[in-house]
Amino acid sequence: MLAYAVRRLLFAIPTLLVISFIIFLILDLAPSDPTANLPLTIPQDVRQQIRLSLGLGEPMHVRYLKWLYQFAVNEPMHALEQLTGHHFSATPRVRVLSWQTRSPVVDLILQRLPQTLWVVGLSYVVGILIAIPIGIVSAVRQYSWFDQIGTFVSMVGYSVPTFFTGLLMIMLFSVHLGWLPSIYDTNLRVTDVASFWAQVKQMIMPVMVLALFNAAQISRYMRASMLENLTQDYVRTARAKGMREWVVVMVHVLRNSLIPVVTVIALGVPQIFGGAIITEQIFRVNGLGQLLITGIQGADIPLVQTLTFLFAALIVLFNLIADLLYGMLDPRIRYD
Amino acid sequence: MLDGTEPVLDVADLRTVFRTRDGGVYAVNGVSFSIAPGEVLGVVGESGSGKSVTMMSLMGLLPSPPAEVTGGRVLYQGRDVRTMRKAELRRIRGGEIGFVFQDPMTSLNPVFTVGFQLMEPLRAHLRLSKAKARARAAELLRLVGIPDPEARLDDYPHQFSGGMRQRVMIAMALSCDPKVLIADEPTTALDVTIQAQIVELMRDLRAKLGTGIIWITHDLDLVAEIADRVMVMYAGQVVEHGPVGALFADPQHPYTRALLATRPGVGGPRRRRLRVIEGQPPRLGAPPAACPFAPRCRHVFNRCRVENPPRMPVGEGHDVACWWDPETDFPRREPADA
Ligand SMILES: Nc1ncnc2c1ncn2[C@@H]1O[C@H](COP(=O)(O)OP(=O)(O)OP(=O)(O)O)[C@@H](O)[C@H]1O
Ligand SMILES: [Mg+2]
Repeated sequence: MLAYAVRRLLFAIPTLLVISFIIFLILDLAPSDPTANLPLTIPQDVRQQIRLSLGLGEPMHVRYLKWLYQFAVNEPMHALEQLTGHHFSATPRVRVLSWQTRSPVVDLILQRLPQTLWVVGLSYVVGILIAIPIGIVSAVRQYSWFDQIGTFVSMVGYSVPTFFTGLLMIMLFSVHLGWLPSIYDTNLRVTDVASFWAQVKQMIMPVMVLALFNAAQISRYMRASMLENLTQDYVRTARAKGMREWVVVMVHVLRNSLIPVVTVIALGVPQIFGGAIITEQIFRVNGLGQLLITGIQGADIPLVQTLTFLFAALIVLFNLIADLLYGMLDPRIRYD
Repeated sequence: MLDGTEPVLDVADLRTVFRTRDGGVYAVNGVSFSIAPGEVLGVVGESGSGKSVTMMSLMGLLPSPPAEVTGGRVLYQGRDVRTMRKAELRRIRGGEIGFVFQDPMTSLNPVFTVGFQLMEPLRAHLRLSKAKARARAAELLRLVGIPDPEARLDDYPHQFSGGMRQRVMIAMALSCDPKVLIADEPTTALDVTIQAQIVELMRDLRAKLGTGIIWITHDLDLVAEIADRVMVMYAGQVVEHGPVGALFADPQHPYTRALLATRPGVGGPRRRRLRVIEGQPPRLGAPPAACPFAPRCRHVFNRCRVENPPRMPVGEGHDVACWWDPETDFPRREPADA
């Protein structure tokens, strides 16, 4: 399995190179101007100077290779030097810099990552924890009132966009009831019980909005997978052996049903890092999604390029992880 | 009963319907039979005659929906299986009545080891420790002729051949020394030597523990060899039933006679599937109002097409559901008329 994983990772390298180049091409073709947001009083020739200083005067392939070198060589080397404290060369390394802030893109990402992981990641975990029991019960009690309600709620949860449910919740819990803050305060530091409570309160709405959306999707998968397995012959064998219904469902059927669901869950993880862009906007969580939006609005090509590429890399990585998980959960599958 | 003992399992007028989108499928229509300790009952009949569904119904193993057991009484040692509490039913399933299913390829759980699946009933019913259950599981695998049983316990079902999986199923059904064993074509996927071994194993079981065995098969030679009694099924009904000697020597029902006629003489090649009777078995869209075999029957009377014959005694423990009397080639007189 290790050999398989290594082989897949090696094959991923050319794929990622192609992806990075396509992203670069698309961004380059898009009619954007990094000086567009500057005050109108700045004359054209100064703007041209700024563009040249950002490296826009160079041919496209040179710009791409520069980015690639900065991202694939300088950034890892920089991280290594930071970790070990040892400097491999005297000249400072040129890192991928944001055009807007002139600070390294990777540092910006690392700054924003915790917010996204907390809010979006937690919502994913909560969504899974809600979805799996709902999926199991809906399948075991197929067509019961629980299943009917579950079907309706997940249909609504899946088809109603998060900006709508988000605004609805803000209207209800912030505006009318005043229980929860409508804006996420990133500067809040958890130091005592009171600030911890404040953190919990500001996380509830964004986490729940996304969790419901995730749960709607995953519970459907879970239900379908359980239903498929409940009619298998081995279930009858387990019953004929005199196993308790709990064991039949929670051991025999569940173990089989989780295989495809775990794969779907693993494939969905990169979405977390994408940061649910819209939800982050609504609740003013300044996570990765918001970083990407501001980057796009400011025509901050290095930022957008790097961030988009990282998402792509995560998708490729989690595809591999999903495959490996499948192999681990299903004894019939052998990688060699 | 042959030896006059109390039946361990007594089934009366069992009825099962599948409620499908295209209407009901009346798969079992009033089946009655019983089995005494140490007795082997052979069950034969064409594909689709309701053999498997009957056995699964009486153990409550059919998924509902679509299946619904609409009537009948199933007494196990005098207690009604259909109305007993769940905990009691669980004790009987696997603990007292072992079941070997027809399809060995899909009847084992693909994601658990064979050892785990064999140990489950041992731990649940006999309350064996893990180590003891494992030892017993290996012992069972050896008993059904699987080489190197200790090591094979940690293998998954897909690492076993079809015949080996069938033997695992048999080992599982035998694991708790059941009082009744229901074996649904347990040897169809096995080669002749292994089949002989399994037959020997079941004979042993019957001799040692007095297990009553219900053996569903298409192999009439096998029935002649092992069964004490035979039950012939057609369209979800018992059409003929009797001691193996009497039934083979003097079959009463035209269907039984046709079945036996498909059987090659001694020394000829064995035929597993009996598909040489003219015509098709009926679709079971309604409970049969007339004799279900009438459309294919050579000796059909008018009465056969309007009235379903009840099971009528024709000899010691031998009964048949047919209006035709092979002795006289005239309609049989009902017991009530006699
Ligand atoms: N799930 C189901 N839904 C509808 N009809 C069914 C279902 N399962 C079985 N049947 C019907 O019940 C009847 C009896 O089937 P059963 O499996 O008992 O036959 P069998 O005698 O065991 O045949 P075989 O020798 O092929 O195993 C058949 O007509 C079949 O079509
Ligand atoms: Mg069958």
